[in-house]
Amino acid sequence: MSIRTDHQFISEWVSHGSRVLDLGCGDGSLLCNLIENKKVCGYGIEIDPDNIKKCITTGVNVIHGNIERGLSDFDNDSFDYVIMSQTLQALLNPAQLIEEMLRVGEQGIVTFPNFGYWRNRLQISLSGKMPVSKTIPYQWYDTPNIHLCTIKDFEKLCKDKNINIIQKTFTDNHSQSGFLLNTFPNLFGKLALYHFEKVTP
Amino acid sequence: MPEFIAENSVGIVTSKHHHFDTPLELESGRTLLEYDIAYETYGELNSTKSNAILICHALSSDHHAAGYYSLNDKKPGWWENHIGPNKPIDTNKFFVVCTNTLGHCKGSTGPKSINPETDKPYGPDFPIVSVKDWVKSQARLAKVLNIDKWNAVIGGSLGGMQVMQWAIDYPDQLNHAVIIAAASKLSAQNIAFNEVARQAILSDPEFHKGHYYEHGVVPRRGLMLARMLGHITYLSDDAMRAKFGRELREGKLNYGFDVEFQVESYLRYQGKSFVDRFDANSYLLMTKALDYFDPASHFNDDLSLAFRKTKAKFFIISFSSDWRFSPERSLEILKSLTDAGKNVTYVSVEADQGHDAFLLPIPFYQDIFSAYMKRISNITPSLCQ
Repeated sequence: MSIRTDHQFISEWVSHGSRVLDLGCGDGSLLCNLIENKKVCGYGIEIDPDNIKKCITTGVNVIHGNIERGLSDFDNDSFDYVIMSQTLQALLNPAQLIEEMLRVGEQGIVTFPNFGYWRNRLQISLSGKMPVSKTIPYQWYDTPNIHLCTIKDFEKLCKDKNINIIQKTFTDNHSQSGFLLNTFPNLFGKLALYHFEKVTP
Repeated sequence: MPEFIAENSVGIVTSKHHHFDTPLELESGRTLLEYDIAYETYGELNSTKSNAILICHALSSDHHAAGYYSLNDKKPGWWENHIGPNKPIDTNKFFVVCTNTLGHCKGSTGPKSINPETDKPYGPDFPIVSVKDWVKSQARLAKVLNIDKWNAVIGGSLGGMQVMQWAIDYPDQLNHAVIIAAASKLSAQNIAFNEVARQAILSDPEFHKGHYYEHGVVPRRGLMLARMLGHITYLSDDAMRAKFGRELREGKLNYGFDVEFQVESYLRYQGKSFVDRFDANSYLLMTKALDYFDPASHFNDDLSLAFRKTKAKFFIISFSSDWRFSPERSLEILKSLTDAGKNVTYVSVEADQGHDAFLLPIPFYQDIFSAYMKRISNITPSLCQ
């Protein structure tokens, strides 16, 4: 199985032997990758029955649950990293969950499709319709993505919530570097990846 | 008589037993000088002895977990839905053992057995046995069967409690602990139901302070009431509504106290048939074992601390409409395990059958149970283990 690009970056950010919680862990492939390559110990939370079965088949520790209800089953600082990969935009209350991530974990990692990507902007401005692409392949009426945001939006949220961005990276279809991508990430980044922590007072 | 025995049944089985001469010191401080353990086995132990599974039974079931004793048997073992060739606990792959708990009445030494010191039935003098005592006796049977390590210990309800005790007391002797529809201790409400059940038995005039065997009688009414009460707690409100509604047996009200509603008829039938197969003293003992179970009490009331030395991988399953041991009770176990940094998987199954759901062939339940068992039956562990 090929490793998803965002999983590869996340794996680079996570330190060896750490404790990890993966919110909306899907089929468990990220956790599996982290267990294999970084010897992490961790759990995934997942709501979809088919994905839960896949996690059980691979042997990933999966907890059947709804992350929208918060993480009250976990104490403060239970994990080194709380990860949420391409789920932020589908949450009812993303800001609240990001705070929860930093309550139960020391650091957070999120990835999301950048709504400010130039093709999205072009689609909306030229056709006057909500953008539909490979990354966001839904019609406006059936999309699970109810809280799409841009890179700028996300960074403003971090600022407002007093969250310190440790590192970030952006990708388009082909690479993670390049003049345009580095200079204008909000225009040329298709997927945004953030690694952050709470600013300690 | 079953019209035919299905291909995915273990078929005709026999109850076995082993006599132990080594005294068993019990948690209560008393000692059983000698005792028998009745058990059944299904499937074959492989040459590396790595495929053994222990099934722990619940309050009113026994070691007859699967198959039929004869072609005249009306019903198969209590977990026929889950044990057999190509079922979640696949007897083509696993060697499955189920023991009758001590103090029970189906072959293991219990109140109706003869006390070698008096040559009379133990009756009420049979010592109170705990979940810890059961697990200790099962560990002794494992030695007899030449099993050093169970690949999994599995149980629902009171059986799930035994699984937790196994993981805590014998951390090196099991790879996987599968805890289904259980709780780490009874709530006050759970104990209250048990107490009403016990009072029903104790206050039956034919109970004779537990010496009813000598009087040639059985406290039928008390045991029947106890079972009727238990049955209400095993079903959900929705399940009862769906099964019986307010349906009348004769289609009209009779303005009397005989059976009128179908649900009354069902409960009386359940109660009566239970009296024929269960011993009242054993029922009292089993409910006490339930009440006393609280592994955290030995660890400063910290369940996470109780699990600290466990080495098994845990699999916890709960059922949405179970109000006897609700999903919240499973979440307590889950939290203690994640706090202790243990490997654990948790699934909550949407089901409207109440506590009894753990016995039933619910597709999602069987699906995830099969997936888990299939994975642990692989000799080469998956990448993520």
